Amino acid sequence: MTANAPGQVCLMQGNEAIVRGAVEAGINFAASYPGSPSSQVLGMLGKIARERGFYAEWSTNEVCALQACTGASLANGRALCVVKQNGLLCVADALHCAAQAGVKGGLVIVSSDDPSAHSSTNEFDSRWQAMSAGIPLLEPTTMQEAKDMIPYAFELSEKTGQLVLVRVTTRVCHGRGNVVLGPLPEKPRALERVREWDRMVCVCYMHGPALEKLEQLRQLFENSPCNHYEGPEAPKKLIIAGGTGRLYGQEALRRLGVDRDTGFMALGTLWPLPENYILKRLRTAEEVLILEEVDPFLERAVQALAGREGLKIKFLGRGDALPAVGELDPDVVTSAICRLTGAALPEKKPTGELELPVREMSFCAGCPHRATFHLLKRAMRQEKHPGVVVGDIGCYFMAGQSAGQYAWQTCNCMGSGVNVAEGLGQLTNYGLDQKVVTMCGDSTFFHTILPGLVNATYHNANMLLIVLDNSATAMTGFQPHPGTGLTAMGDHVKPMDISKILDAVGCQVEVADPFDVVEAEKTLRRMLDQPGMNVLIMRQPCATLMAKERSRKPVRVYVDQDVCVGDGCGCDKYCSRVWGCPGNTWDFKKNKALIDPVTCVGCGVCAKLCPSGAIKVERGEEA
Amino acid sequence: MKLKYDPLNIVVCGIGGQGNVLAAETLGSAMCDRGCRVAVGETYGASQRGGSVMSHVRVSETWDPSVLIPAGEAHIIIGFEPLETLRIARKYAGTDTVTVYDPRPVYPLGVLQGVQTYPSLEELQAEIQQLSTLALAIPAADIAMEAGDSRAANIALLGAFSTLSAAPLSGEDLEKILAQRFQGKVLELNRNAFAMGREAAKKGGAV
Repeated sequence: MTANAPGQVCLMQGNEAIVRGAVEAGINFAASYPGSPSSQVLGMLGKIARERGFYAEWSTNEVCALQACTGASLANGRALCVVKQNGLLCVADALHCAAQAGVKGGLVIVSSDDPSAHSSTNEFDSRWQAMSAGIPLLEPTTMQEAKDMIPYAFELSEKTGQLVLVRVTTRVCHGRGNVVLGPLPEKPRALERVREWDRMVCVCYMHGPALEKLEQLRQLFENSPCNHYEGPEAPKKLIIAGGTGRLYGQEALRRLGVDRDTGFMALGTLWPLPENYILKRLRTAEEVLILEEVDPFLERAVQALAGREGLKIKFLGRGDALPAVGELDPDVVTSAICRLTGAALPEKKPTGELELPVREMSFCAGCPHRATFHLLKRAMRQEKHPGVVVGDIGCYFMAGQSAGQYAWQTCNCMGSGVNVAEGLGQLTNYGLDQKVVTMCGDSTFFHTILPGLVNATYHNANMLLIVLDNSATAMTGFQPHPGTGLTAMGDHVKPMDISKILDAVGCQVEVADPFDVVEAEKTLRRMLDQPGMNVLIMRQPCATLMAKERSRKPVRVYVDQDVCVGDGCGCDKYCSRVWGCPGNTWDFKKNKALIDPVTCVGCGVCAKLCPSGAIKVERGEEA
Repeated sequence: MKLKYDPLNIVVCGIGGQGNVLAAETLGSAMCDRGCRVAVGETYGASQRGGSVMSHVRVSETWDPSVLIPAGEAHIIIGFEPLETLRIARKYAGTDTVTVYDPRPVYPLGVLQGVQTYPSLEELQAEIQQLSTLALAIPAADIAMEAGDSRAANIALLGAFSTLSAAPLSGEDLEKILAQRFQGKVLELNRNAFAMGREAAKKGGAV
């Protein structure tokens, strides 16, 4: 990643390519909050920051990250902010203000969208934020461009005094491709002292200059190396592709044998549009297909351009030739191109009739969250009226599915749980006769729970917040947060103690171990019955984190099939059917419970739940 | 080196946590070092463990492939679980597809909960066979456990893969890569798993 070997070809993940691009750009500063699919970027930057003489941090949330970057920019530093789609929405105010204030040192935001929501709760399109804030927008189409666009974005940012948004998607972040390395600068950009009359301020009279910058950028984009065109000089059928659509589209044109007659424009500069560059091919086009991820952003912008010029064109894109929802792939792109060109779809081998079960997501084997939701469901079922449970964002989002016994009824965005629960909790004084429970992880606690916690405690809502403290930002790959005592650059610092923060806020706090099912259940019930703002910390480290740190399993868990009653037991196969740990499986031949030795991590909680005592725990020597 | 197809399309599929991403990345890097244009696409859901996972590895000598393989265009399928192997074969198997897979079922949550049914293994295997030019069932997890660690199942499958005529890397090539990536006891374990995977494939697979 830090080899000064210009011309060397490497197989790089898109996220690695972004890191390499940042190093080639000589950044001074990088900040991020983890979010898939771009979580790996800052983790890698943190590891090489000292060596390359820049600062990198896992910020407490995205707002902290972007605003810290604007600080670095004021001192002429090059600053990179990395967020996912939801993070960009979270920083919308900071982004719009920074866009009017402008920047000094280059400021680049990489925002990763997750079409089809492979590792998100939803799919959003970051590109609207660029249009709304009035800042330039780039999107790479290959891993090579993912690297090359970062230094290019910094140059643009400094040339125009404006921040630049680079949008990437999951297939770029998590894909790998050949990347030719460029040279590394000797040292990062020189910082400059902030002078007495330097100003970076967001006030209304800056709106005009911000719009002038946009016009300057539009002219620069007319000759950008990021835009490509192949095909007839005056195409009748034209494809305009942004992002992943480029390679899918080019391959489909070749496979279908219609590449000579169809114009193919790949755009890397998506906002402001390079209008003349596009119009050169658009003027002769009768039909235009737009290939883009998530929303018809480019399609609407090109339609507006065609409308202004009075062109009569039939547009195809999201919602007609392409599905309105879900990511692009070679197959949907191929069928859209067949519709544009009249080519025939390739034939497909017939397959069998056998029905294949889907593989639902579940908590990892040995996950402490499973034990917490088992206890919560038990307690709530025994209430006079079933309580209301409000979810939040983290691994425990899965608690709304069978993995967590369908524990919650509602879930909004990150940090929303405590606020939604506060609303319900206040109404328990106005006739709503229900227990109100919500949850958050330890990383989310610092990210956005704190203001809501203060609000709910100050207004004494009747509710219970369960803090699922597993000492990790587990969902995105174990990045450090203020509770861990670690930083992105590997420094050990004083960890923040969640229970002390809660004490200072003034709510009622208790701590329990979800693996100690008997005691934890008692504590949970006690707190459910207590009026006012209650917080229960369920403390047990993430099983995957534990597995990473241990060299071998110290415990063997197995089923004594002579003791297991099997199908006829009153437990109704609780271990494999309801508990739902991937380690608890079923021996369909003998109709008895079985532990899968490949997946089991030896937490032993299922042994405590088995009514026949058939699940045995054998403790070995600690590794 | 001459690729049997250009681009050569390989799908690696299974369940999160089985080491399939590492297997795909190892193949991709090796082909890039040999001067090819490579693309690797990985699909893993929010559940890194327990959900369906697949990687696409595409190798070309002439042009940049996209990270996903079009339906019906896979030449080799490496499967870590029979249900996942059939799911992938139905979408990606084409006119000439060789499948190497572990026939050991891992039941989805829905099956254990009794709301879904796991198909009969015989029927699963028969359809995998029917969709493939050649299908080798390699007991990779069993081999790995015999070699000393269930996590080496991916290496056992790579061993079987290296015997295929369409494979762009020979057994020797892959052994060299193992020696670069691992050392000491782990290397020894992986070497054993690799050799046992090769052996099983040469016998035509054993169920």
